[in-house]
Amino acid sequence: MTVSTFDKWQDQPLDEILYESRELLEDMSFPTVQRWRESGGKVIGHFQVYFPEEIAHAAGALPFKLRGAPVEPRHADSRFGSYLCSIIKSSLELVLSHNIELDMFVTHPICDAARNLAAIWGRNFSYPCQILYLPQNANSSYAAQYLSEEYARLLKDIEVVVDRKVSADDLRHSMSVFNENRSLIRELYTLKREKPWLCSADEAYTLLAIGGLIPREEHNQLLKTVLPMLKSRANKQQDRIRVVFEGGFCEQPPLDMIRMLGKSCYVVDDDLLIGLRYILEDVSLEGDPLFNLAHAYLEKSTYSPVQHDLRKPKEKMLLERIKNAGAEAAIVTAAKMCEPGLEEQVAYTRTLDELGTPYFISEFEENMTSFDHIEIQLETFVENILFS
Amino acid sequence: MSDGKNPDGIVGRGNREGADLFRDWFDQLDKTAKNKGPSAYVFVMGSIAEILRVFDLPLVFPEINSLQTAVRRVAHEYLGQAEDYGYSPDICGYVKADVALQIRGGDHPMGMIPKPTLAVITNACNTYIKWAEIWERMFHAPVFTIDIPGTRQAGQSFLPGDSDFERDRRYVQAQLNELIDLCQQLTGLSFDIDRFREILHHTNRMNIAWKQVIEFNRNHPSVFNALTDGTIYLGVSNGLRGNPEASLFFEKLREEMEYKASKGIGTLVDEKYRLVFVGVPCYPIFRRFNELFTEWGGTFVNSTYLWFASGGANRGFEYDLNRPLESLAEGLLLSVRDAMDSMFHHNLALEEIIDEYDVDGIVFHPIKSCRTVSTGLADGRRALMEARDIPSLFIESDMMDRRVVSEAQMKNRIDAFFEGLASRKQREALAG
Repeated sequence: MTVSTFDKWQDQPLDEILYESRELLEDMSFPTVQRWRESGGKVIGHFQVYFPEEIAHAAGALPFKLRGAPVEPRHADSRFGSYLCSIIKSSLELVLSHNIELDMFVTHPICDAARNLAAIWGRNFSYPCQILYLPQNANSSYAAQYLSEEYARLLKDIEVVVDRKVSADDLRHSMSVFNENRSLIRELYTLKREKPWLCSADEAYTLLAIGGLIPREEHNQLLKTVLPMLKSRANKQQDRIRVVFEGGFCEQPPLDMIRMLGKSCYVVDDDLLIGLRYILEDVSLEGDPLFNLAHAYLEKSTYSPVQHDLRKPKEKMLLERIKNAGAEAAIVTAAKMCEPGLEEQVAYTRTLDELGTPYFISEFEENMTSFDHIEIQLETFVENILFS
Repeated sequence: MSDGKNPDGIVGRGNREGADLFRDWFDQLDKTAKNKGPSAYVFVMGSIAEILRVFDLPLVFPEINSLQTAVRRVAHEYLGQAEDYGYSPDICGYVKADVALQIRGGDHPMGMIPKPTLAVITNACNTYIKWAEIWERMFHAPVFTIDIPGTRQAGQSFLPGDSDFERDRRYVQAQLNELIDLCQQLTGLSFDIDRFREILHHTNRMNIAWKQVIEFNRNHPSVFNALTDGTIYLGVSNGLRGNPEASLFFEKLREEMEYKASKGIGTLVDEKYRLVFVGVPCYPIFRRFNELFTEWGGTFVNSTYLWFASGGANRGFEYDLNRPLESLAEGLLLSVRDAMDSMFHHNLALEEIIDEYDVDGIVFHPIKSCRTVSTGLADGRRALMEARDIPSLFIESDMMDRRVVSEAQMKNRIDAFFEGLASRKQREALAG
């Protein structure tokens, strides 16, 4: 299915493209998803962190990344108790309040709260609501086989929703689209890392994040247009410290907070919406496509606090991220009430302490609107490093 | 006591013997710790005790260690120590109590706890996984995750014989084989299949009796309190699973319940309200919490806690000793999945037992510490109220942290709940 959902950026100068992209990202009526549905398309909503979007794409559906929103959970509040992160409530709110209409919902066993979502959504909506059991034992020799079979099960369920069969070639085509997308995102992050003054933290985030809102072909087209424009900017390098931002793997900090961080330092790498770039390399198009996707998730992927893999101790992975990005400090955050994030903070900060790597620690919530306090603390932190 | 009403002291025997067995188990752990012996850290939802016992690994249940600090009123000391170490007030209290326990070198109110030689976890709770990562860092202990895929969608349970079930079973069995290899490497012992069968046989006896014990509470009056007595039984079923002592305990417990049912001996002298408990108990004021209900003549005839905190042993699954490993994989899938369903899809199970147990009301008790159990309770309650005309109470507190336990507020809500139940009973009586 070829539907153009977002064309305001076409033939526009860079600043206008970035403006339109931000507008889209902050538009809680999700106009691109509406346009897709108005054209008769099906929408597969998937919760954070990683989802094999290629499978939904191959079925001709729009994979839509549910990542919460800065909305008041007026309807969703009654479905939950206290002591929960915001994204759990706001994601359901978007659908209960009809900001988004889905044809299927998929969650994952990423945390104790999120794994409840299939049951909660299933009690509230009549369309299929399920959990995709990504393997929690990434180190089992059987994990890839299991996951490819789990993907096949998911595909069967998606085929019922879209009322069509999906061939291996459909999957390969989608995988090639996503391979291109991952390559373009890598290019964006290389630019962030090597010349962060050419692309601010909030700009890079916006360009990444809208990938979860529009068909991936459109995202590819946008990135292919924007990347050369960014590279040819005349921005001058400034005397700012280089930091890695950690803690945005699930609930997202407000865009204004990312903008604020980018004003004080160069955010040269991060884990924001890490699911969109979880797989680090091209997925092979030879052989069994579902097995290749499963293999890539287990063997060619980055890390997050919600994937346990004995080969990827999170603190070691963070140190690698800092080193590879040439960063001199880390911003170690966690969403409020996010258990995996808060637990990981301890491992991160103790390791950074041992190595004497400076870090700034904080919590955030997607609904935050004031960052004055954090801003002052961050500026003090930055000054300490700059003038020490 | 042998006054004719309680021959050989059969009434209350389960609680006495259960407490003794529990005490003995901790004494053994204390000896192991002092002798620097090996141990396996495991969790209640899928302990894989049947394999670990073949390798003579004493089992340590960190969840049970932690809840004991709350019952013994010292949890706040442990929580404070872990928070000083860096852990947030907003994460699981069990994890934090264990962190403090490890910082203290295993010093626990019930004795010393040995360090882990190995940790075996399932995915039934994600916090198990994050928790085990802490031991990886502290002790460099090998961690083995048995990943047990659960129900994908409400009402779509895969059953033995289905291709979907077989797919999951193969995955679980492959992991069990890998766990056996790891245990052989760590202990230097070979896997003795006959011993394994013997252990499975003990678990079978326990499972059968456990299921029947729970079913005896359909009786009027109910024969045990699922919240308080049930917690003692859970301690034995988890800590001693696979041991002959556990199977004997549950068989004698079944005898006790049968006796009480036949003589009309209830857990309360005057049972007025039959309740179901959904969630995790309020351990910081455990005794008082229960009294807030029993003072009104309310007793808990069943609880989702009995199901999930026994790892689904309540199903009464019997392993096939002719194909033991395959059957263990099958049993794990069915039982642990059942435990997960009783947390995520609790409303469906509750709908079934309301009539079976002649339930007057349901008490939902979500807690700050546990998102696995608590996240879906408000919505499950909403769905249940739409499906059935059954009074319910929704109170929040914690299983560990007394800072979020407000007894006075809870009492107000509980009193109002019982006033509503009383008025409903009056209306029903008037309506004939």
